[in-house]
Amino acid sequence: MEPLLRVTDLKAYYRTEAYGVSRTVRAVDGVSFDLYPNEIYGLAGESSCGKTTLIKVISGTVKNPLRIVGGEVRFSADDVEHDLTTMTPDELRRIMRWKRISYVMQGSMSVLNPVRRVLRTFEDIVATHRGITDRKEFRKEMADHVARLGLPAEVLRAFPHQLSGGMRQRVAIALATIFQPNLIIADEPTTALDVVVQRGVLQLIRQIQAETRNTVLLVTHDMAVHANVADRVMIMYAGRIMEEGVTETIFQRPRHPYTKHLIGSLPKIGERSTRASLPGSPPNLADPPAGCRFHPRCPAAMDVCRTVVPEMLQLPDRHRVACHAVAQEEGLPLPRPEPATAGRTAEPSRSEDLS
Amino acid sequence: MSTTTAAPPLFELDHAVVSFRIGSVLASSQLVAVNDVSLRLAAGKPEIFTLAGESGSGKTTLAKVLLGDQATTGGEVRFQGTRVADVIKSRGHTAFMQEVQPVFQNPFETFNPLRHVQEYLFDTALNFKVAKSRREAEEPVDAALRTVGLSLAEVRQRYPHELSGGQLQRVSVARALIPNPKVIIADEPVSMVDASLRMEIVNVFKRLRDDEGVTVIYITHDLATAYYVSDRIAIMLRGHVVESGPVEEVLTDPAHPYARLLKESIPEPVPEDKGAWTRRIELGATEAGEFTRAGCKFAGRCPSVMDRCRVSNPPDFVVGNRLVKCYLYDDEAND
Repeated sequence: MEPLLRVTDLKAYYRTEAYGVSRTVRAVDGVSFDLYPNEIYGLAGESSCGKTTLIKVISGTVKNPLRIVGGEVRFSADDVEHDLTTMTPDELRRIMRWKRISYVMQGSMSVLNPVRRVLRTFEDIVATHRGITDRKEFRKEMADHVARLGLPAEVLRAFPHQLSGGMRQRVAIALATIFQPNLIIADEPTTALDVVVQRGVLQLIRQIQAETRNTVLLVTHDMAVHANVADRVMIMYAGRIMEEGVTETIFQRPRHPYTKHLIGSLPKIGERSTRASLPGSPPNLADPPAGCRFHPRCPAAMDVCRTVVPEMLQLPDRHRVACHAVAQEEGLPLPRPEPATAGRTAEPSRSEDLS
Repeated sequence: MSTTTAAPPLFELDHAVVSFRIGSVLASSQLVAVNDVSLRLAAGKPEIFTLAGESGSGKTTLAKVLLGDQATTGGEVRFQGTRVADVIKSRGHTAFMQEVQPVFQNPFETFNPLRHVQEYLFDTALNFKVAKSRREAEEPVDAALRTVGLSLAEVRQRYPHELSGGQLQRVSVARALIPNPKVIIADEPVSMVDASLRMEIVNVFKRLRDDEGVTVIYITHDLATAYYVSDRIAIMLRGHVVESGPVEEVLTDPAHPYARLLKESIPEPVPEDKGAWTRRIELGATEAGEFTRAGCKFAGRCPSVMDRCRVSNPPDFVVGNRLVKCYLYDDEAND
């Protein structure tokens, strides 16, 4: 199957210069993956792992100081094929945004205008992208749209503050699906919602995906949500992909030490044994550690991890891992550690001396 | 819960009610954020008590009541046998805060980004007269930081952005420990912290209970960590505590239909079990709708709703070690 979105060796950095001091934050650093039609793709990782930056690139909202330094993001569906990294902001707005790729944000309160009824926000969006000729017809169409999603019709007449948090988030999803886009990006759609409401919101996303057979990129740090919703999961750490695979594989046979920790540390009802947390904290991406970026916190770190960036290893069942220890388990020869004097030194990260 | 303890309980809520007036002057209505809540935390028996519930269930208002920042409109709140309002009036707010300390949700908002974090620790030590001078304060500050697994040497001259969310939240807990409080009230302390750092905060609470004898009121919507860390739990819905009791009982076999729905909705990190989780559920459409509803607040979504649930609000029924606000457990009527 042709991928809907093919991301190849994407590098997106934040470059700032103030008072002659320039700083580069390598938020996304050499990321490659494919999104296929008709799947829910989970993107997991903690804060400062680069997931928000990655979404900015895919949703076409790259703004100074963020710059795409390398790689491409190829979008292909039916009749259109574009490299998102070379499109102008105007093209992105006209061709892609909301029609091809839509975006459900974390705080739905900031999507809906607090002083206008929900229907007005629908109007604004439809008028911008398609134009409204018959208002009566439009109202009926929107009422049908929300009814299809199982939302009560009165949400269109309500002000955002009158709706509960979960209902507001579902209205934001209804907005994002008006034009039946090929790709829906859901960025932490249920963080800060309680579990019952979270379940309702995620059910709606699944329902829409099953009906329209489009692609959902679900971004959340909550591994338990991925286990229940995603078809495939990718784990990012410090701007790089650590592991990617089918959800069942990731949870039953995780290979990367970071993934193992993420899954192992989840508290479960019915189990009260002490769970340790990983020492240290994610590195500063302005000065990331050399070699594997996870090595300062990794229980399986070897000498080679401190200097050589691990290659992405292709395992059976669409499973990919970037880890020297896994390569060794697979019987592959390890690269030789680079001597510390050569350009890239294994300087300890800031986070290491703190913990 | 025994009623004949010699010492008065540490904290006691006696049918506490907090209501707010919402809407304009002409068309105002009452929103009862905390509705007839009774709780008791025993003295001399440190525990971790969880207040769980969805957003808008009244848990933060209840936290404010316990901190003495929100007056009740009905009922009483007593701290060591004396009404909180009287404690504050006679001994001053500082004296009360010395015993009851807060930890807030977002560690990045707790600290001023332009001040070194240790300044807050010194301020607290001086304000609560733990020390007379900064030099004298170093020892208690360092001791508090060591309790949470940090030290003064590590955080000295650091700005908040130089510490991770987990470390910063532990500094918040250390700050709360400086006046040597009996109770720490932590309002959603882990929801802004990354998953891999969450357990380090929760483990600190365990250590506080076991080694320092501090009672922790842990307010959260994350039931998995609540189960992991706490001794007792109270589940809130629209201002009411619908079920309370030992955490193992309440969360492994919930009695109230809402608590059952909550438990079933916790996503388990096991992809094979997603069948039950993905079964369709009903959600309440508007918050105000459920708050102002007569009778049980859950009646509109409850699978086992009865006629009288829509009319009158159920009282607490005793089910083993628990209290459950549901007519399903009204044995007299059901016989």
